[in-house]
Amino acid sequence: MGVRGYGRTREEAFEQAALALVAVVVPPADVEARDRVHVACTGDDDELLLLDWLGAVVYHMASRGMVFGRFEVHIDGARLAGELVGERLDVARHQPGVEVKAATATALRVARLEDGSWLAQCVVDV
Amino acid sequence: MNLRQLVRKSDIEWWIPRTGKMSVPGIIFATEDLLRAMDDKVAEQVANVAALPGIVTASFAMPDAHWGYGFPIGGVAAFDPEAGGVVSAGGVGFDISCGVRNLCTGISVGEVGPRLARLADTLFRLVPCGVGSTSRVHLGPADLEDLMLRGARWAVEHGFGALDDLLFMEEQGTVAGADPDAVSQEAKHRQRDQLGTLGSGNHYLEVQAVAEIDDEEAAAAYGLRTGDVVLSVHCGSRGLGHQIGTDYLKTMLAEAKHGGIELPERELACARLDSQTGRAYLGAMRAAINCALANREVITQFAREAFAEVLPSADLTLLYDVSHNTCKEEAHDVDGSPRRLFVHRKGATRAFAPGHPEIAAAYRHVGQPVLVGGSMGTASYVLAGTSGGPAFASAVHGAGRTLSRHAATRRWKGQAIVHELGSRGILLRSPSMRGLAEEAPGAYKDIDSVVDAAAAGGLARKVAKLLPLACVKG
Repeated sequence: MGVRGYGRTREEAFEQAALALVAVVVPPADVEARDRVHVACTGDDDELLLLDWLGAVVYHMASRGMVFGRFEVHIDGARLAGELVGERLDVARHQPGVEVKAATATALRVARLEDGSWLAQCVVDV
Repeated sequence: MNLRQLVRKSDIEWWIPRTGKMSVPGIIFATEDLLRAMDDKVAEQVANVAALPGIVTASFAMPDAHWGYGFPIGGVAAFDPEAGGVVSAGGVGFDISCGVRNLCTGISVGEVGPRLARLADTLFRLVPCGVGSTSRVHLGPADLEDLMLRGARWAVEHGFGALDDLLFMEEQGTVAGADPDAVSQEAKHRQRDQLGTLGSGNHYLEVQAVAEIDDEEAAAAYGLRTGDVVLSVHCGSRGLGHQIGTDYLKTMLAEAKHGGIELPERELACARLDSQTGRAYLGAMRAAINCALANREVITQFAREAFAEVLPSADLTLLYDVSHNTCKEEAHDVDGSPRRLFVHRKGATRAFAPGHPEIAAAYRHVGQPVLVGGSMGTASYVLAGTSGGPAFASAVHGAGRTLSRHAATRRWKGQAIVHELGSRGILLRSPSMRGLAEEAPGAYKDIDSVVDAAAAGGLARKVAKLLPLACVKG
């Protein structure tokens, strides 16, 4: 399954890609902002940074049993600082579809589009 | 798929000739109908794998192949360490050692009768399934370390499963060469509450009936009779394997860049088998295989408890346990010479021929059981390995998707699937209606055609067809 984020900035595209990833599991709009998780990611290029970022989102969903409805991304060179905002998964309320096992390098792309906006995408394994 | 790029060798065997950087041809086993339904990306991925260093003979795709990550799902490729061969995390997949195990129950469909609903409810209650589910087994660091080294044997020694089960697993339930030190803390952390959980997606626990027998001798050896009830489990190594795949994809991307390996696409990230990263990945992957074997053994214990509650006369004995996302070191004859190879099977099942020493003694005369999982509502199959298997003793693993999850949810609703299958006498239990819609039987290829193609291509022979009675879906 592919996830793709668009944004006015690279950071916003990364945030939207993470929201698309969450949407594979639950509707992000149904997630309440109760807890925050901080992550730090690295990557030699934009694509590897996106892979590390989405991998971190998958990891914290799986290891904490959480879902997230909002993301904040700050990128400085090869480093990304991110905030994941959400709550513990409630199966009855969230009705999750399928768990995301990993972000993959398939169709992995970060690009600035002709209109100046940004795209960030990859396929995730479910 | 556009067939003009292929050379037809027979009704089932289609070649992608060597071009460009391919060092071996690609070979797809499928009928023309199955091929036409495949995405063009399958041929592209088969060709990409054929360009990896040290590949031997050919890059193969099974009849259930579909577009995967780097390798096609349903892909098989063997690499020679003496020829600069590689191991690829993408070639194994993120769900390391995902597999199927079948258990004979010793009872007939008639004996289950009206207790089927209670059995489905009890299995659903005792076997954790679905997104975010956790186990009643919590693993501390020492236990997890031991489990990664000892696999299903760890489970049996901790009261989950029976000692005889180990006889009917690949590598007798413990893969040698696991290296817990090559597994990240994140991967270990992700696994601590997931042992004995089914997961979600296409994973399931299914009560099935033996509907047809095609090979009496093999069926008798496997303990299958028409009308018998079988329990089937489909799941993998859970969070540990997912995180190992994630970790080593990144490491191998860096390794390939610095090691001069040219990747046709990034998901094919790989490392030389004799490199530090290659050895570390093999150690971590084997730890995940052991985790998967232990996971299916713990689930088996929970399932036995469910049967004991509802049908105490049942005696669940393990028919076999197969993994279909692995890289295994095996001996194969290549052009008449024995070679030690690392065989990647991504969405493909090992299918050793009769007489192979690694097959359980009770089955050695008929060949290795090949367990092919269906999707809820469709048939599953038991096949057997055949002599002269053309793809390093490999066969199909399932039906393979034809529709995306998104397309499936637009076409079907979970509750409607429950009613539709219920009207056919098939019970469904799941924590998520959305999950059921995504896994609608219509989103998958026709498994009968896939299995017929596998048999016609000499990959395996048909032994028995199983039909679902009740399915617990994550």
